[in-house]
Amino acid sequence: MGTLIMNASSQTAAGSRVVMTETIKANNPDGIAHAAGDQRSAGTTMAIEDVTLRYGDANGVLALDDVSLKVAKNEFCVIVGPSGCGKSSLLYLAAGLNDATSGSIRVDGREVIEPGPDRGMVFQSYTLFPWLTVRANIEYGPKRKGLPAEQRKQIVDQYLDEVGLAPFADHYPAQLSGGMKQRVAIARALANDPAVLLMDEPFGALDSQTRGTMQKLLLRVWERQQKTVLFVTHDIDEALVLGDRVLVMTARPGKIKAEIKVDIPRPRSMDVILEPDFIALKRRILGLLHDEIDEDH
Amino acid sequence: MAQRRTAWTRLTTPFANIPATTATTLALAMWIAVIGGWALLSYGRVVPNMFLPTPGTVLQTAYRMSLDGSLFYHTFTSAKVVILGFIVSSLIAVPLGLWMGTYRAVQAPLEPLVNFIRYLPVTSFVPLFILWIGIGIEQRIAVIFFGTFFQQLVMISDCARSVSRDLVNASYTLGTKRSEAVWHVIFPAALPAILDTLRVTMGWAWTYLVVAELVAASSGLGYISLKAMRGFQVDVIFMAIAAIGLLGLITDTAFRILRARVAPWAP
Repeated sequence: MGTLIMNASSQTAAGSRVVMTETIKANNPDGIAHAAGDQRSAGTTMAIEDVTLRYGDANGVLALDDVSLKVAKNEFCVIVGPSGCGKSSLLYLAAGLNDATSGSIRVDGREVIEPGPDRGMVFQSYTLFPWLTVRANIEYGPKRKGLPAEQRKQIVDQYLDEVGLAPFADHYPAQLSGGMKQRVAIARALANDPAVLLMDEPFGALDSQTRGTMQKLLLRVWERQQKTVLFVTHDIDEALVLGDRVLVMTARPGKIKAEIKVDIPRPRSMDVILEPDFIALKRRILGLLHDEIDEDH
Repeated sequence: MAQRRTAWTRLTTPFANIPATTATTLALAMWIAVIGGWALLSYGRVVPNMFLPTPGTVLQTAYRMSLDGSLFYHTFTSAKVVILGFIVSSLIAVPLGLWMGTYRAVQAPLEPLVNFIRYLPVTSFVPLFILWIGIGIEQRIAVIFFGTFFQQLVMISDCARSVSRDLVNASYTLGTKRSEAVWHVIFPAALPAILDTLRVTMGWAWTYLVVAELVAASSGLGYISLKAMRGFQVDVIFMAIAAIGLLGLITDTAFRILRARVAPWAP
């Protein structure tokens, strides 16, 4: 039903957003995930509605069970959950890299049916193109888009500066450290100017010191660029340092269990992890996650 | 570390690097040992010269045959057959192998057939090739092609299949279309492995040379060694073998240089 309304009104972008918000509300009166998104409903960038993912046939493993959430424009939304809860799977669905068993995902009102440059993604594994230099990696998206060389150079230079890698522009990925590779991956995704940036535990493979540096860098870039971000992690500190809102997922099958607004003022420094507000939020999330892990055993 | 590693521990440590000079010395020592052993066996009459010629005789033969131009002529003919057969094979195997490794729909029909043909002895097809193609250079090229192509196809298909899925996924999220992924991502990502495959299969192409020149050839290194066998000219056989080996070494080095040039980013 919702889909019908969507399709009928999708000619006018503004109109469709309003209708969509209403539709989701009507379908999920008890949906916990929408509240904060609605507060910023001036622009919902991404809406995930009743998404279910089952691997294999009808008796296969249920990875995601009726997940609904919305990400507001320029919001930094983080999903935390125990490993194997399907949080990465959800991100792959949002990117269009995999198909949901049921439900729908919309970005700026358009239904996601395949991957596209409007949904940039940073992966946990290193995915820089090893045959391209740092510069050429960042230039890849703008080139696919067919932007003229001058404009591409301008974009690449801007993002090289943004992630502090201008001196490494002509290096190949194999010559970079893990942290540098992920900085290039972030620059590469942002250079494409996506409507939403999907980040799948991008710092998961890094040591804790580098991770801290990367979080700082990401915060700085995000505060300047104002992007819509959906970030997946299992690290609660990371979630609270970065996010406007943290969604806690249950163990498999993954569901949104709770939503926590992070009212820590920005710009945030890495020292926030020592503040009482932060620790209180962390304790709450830890409790929620421990329930999940205990249930597992 | 309290104690520095000695040269000996370094030599006996798995995967440890050794100095370039040591590597070169070891390589030279191997050649000296092989040629020295040969010299010992032949000059010392341990093996009669009728079966094992002396290095001097082989060098003399090589000198004599280069003076009258026949060595160059036979080498050139053989190289032409091998390289043409190899190029034709590679030109088809690289794109088709990429497709096969990328699309299950191409792999499913081709793989069983290719794996069937791959195990057929090339020699058994020589009479058929003569029947179908005749006795010209095309027949010899066909033998090289047949010996190389199906192996290349399977190996290149594997190169394409082992490209990281996340690399392809990342390219999609950057705006690559499905139809572009083979050319923009899978081909460059698999290129170093493809060049390694070509280098290895080039070696195999050389080994089919004698089979190719077995019948109906009137020139070439394989042909002269077969002819020499009838006249017990063991020195000529040795020279032909050494020439083939040397050509193989040269093409192998050429491929290594090419790989370093084309894919400087790959380890």
